[in-house]
Amino acid sequence: MEEEKTLDALRDACPGAILEAGLSLGDAVAVIRPEDLPAVAAFLRDGPPRMAMLLDLTCVDRPDESGRFEMVYHFLSLETYARVRIKARLPAVNPEIASLTGLWKNADWLEREVFDLFGICFADHPNLSRLLLYDGFEGHPLRKDYPLRRRQPRIPPRQDGPGS
Amino acid sequence: MSGNFITTSFNAMLGWGRKYSLFHYPFVTACCGMEYMSAACSHFDIDRFGAGWTRFSPRQSDLLLVVGTISQKLAPVLKTVYDQMTEPKWVIAFGACAASGGIYDNYAVVQGIDRIIPVDIYIPGCPPRPEMVLDALLKLQDKIQHLEPDWRWKKKKP
Repeated sequence: MEEEKTLDALRDACPGAILEAGLSLGDAVAVIRPEDLPAVAAFLRDGPPRMAMLLDLTCVDRPDESGRFEMVYHFLSLETYARVRIKARLPAVNPEIASLTGLWKNADWLEREVFDLFGICFADHPNLSRLLLYDGFEGHPLRKDYPLRRRQPRIPPRQDGPGS
Repeated sequence: MSGNFITTSFNAMLGWGRKYSLFHYPFVTACCGMEYMSAACSHFDIDRFGAGWTRFSPRQSDLLLVVGTISQKLAPVLKTVYDQMTEPKWVIAFGACAASGGIYDNYAVVQGIDRIIPVDIYIPGCPPRPEMVLDALLKLQDKIQHLEPDWRWKKKKP
């Protein structure tokens, strides 16, 4: 199995980095220690798996688990079209992980989006500022503890508008 | 003398002239724009009803078509565009998002543009059929025709 080979190669290259590994829907999935992300990503890109493309990078908020924020990275090999999914769990307080902008340019905006909506800090990011929301927006709306009905309008509503 | 003059009232003539020469400004932000194009182009053709002039400057328009989702980030822009239009001016909320926020009941989307600017006609639908757009246009024309005689001296509230 090609996926198993990729995971084994990753285990050899970054000993101790992989906490869990398996297959999901035909793709290799590995949960790694957050501090090992740069080494794992560099190996996936430049080592034998040849994952030349960072497809997507996002975050999942699981408030009830100890590693509350789960970063998810999707990689694609342009030679074999194999995909690998890498996950890293971050704590609820001061979640921080290394930036991948040095390896993939497109990580720039993806990480800014995650910073904007989840409040994850990316160390060594060249310009970690809001991407989608406006200046003055408080909080991170894709966190599960963001109030469902909280609205932060930029201009006050009409005085004779609905509900007044 | 027969056939050489008609009798009417000033307001009836003014309303008749206004309702058949609507210059509209399409504020298109989302998928409803496809339906707006369908209504505006030759298959359905709002020009048949005298609203064929699309002006891409709010200063030259008297009908603001808000077509699509308005996010909180965009709200001040929409307000500015509305303020730039000269009186008399009318607004149509085109589609469920512009009318009420639609399916986007969340932090990012204005729950109906009437929280920012006054709206004359609401068109429901996700997206509305072009026939509904034409129906809304006819209803707006009816409203323009029957404006109060002294509407010109009443300042619209912002």
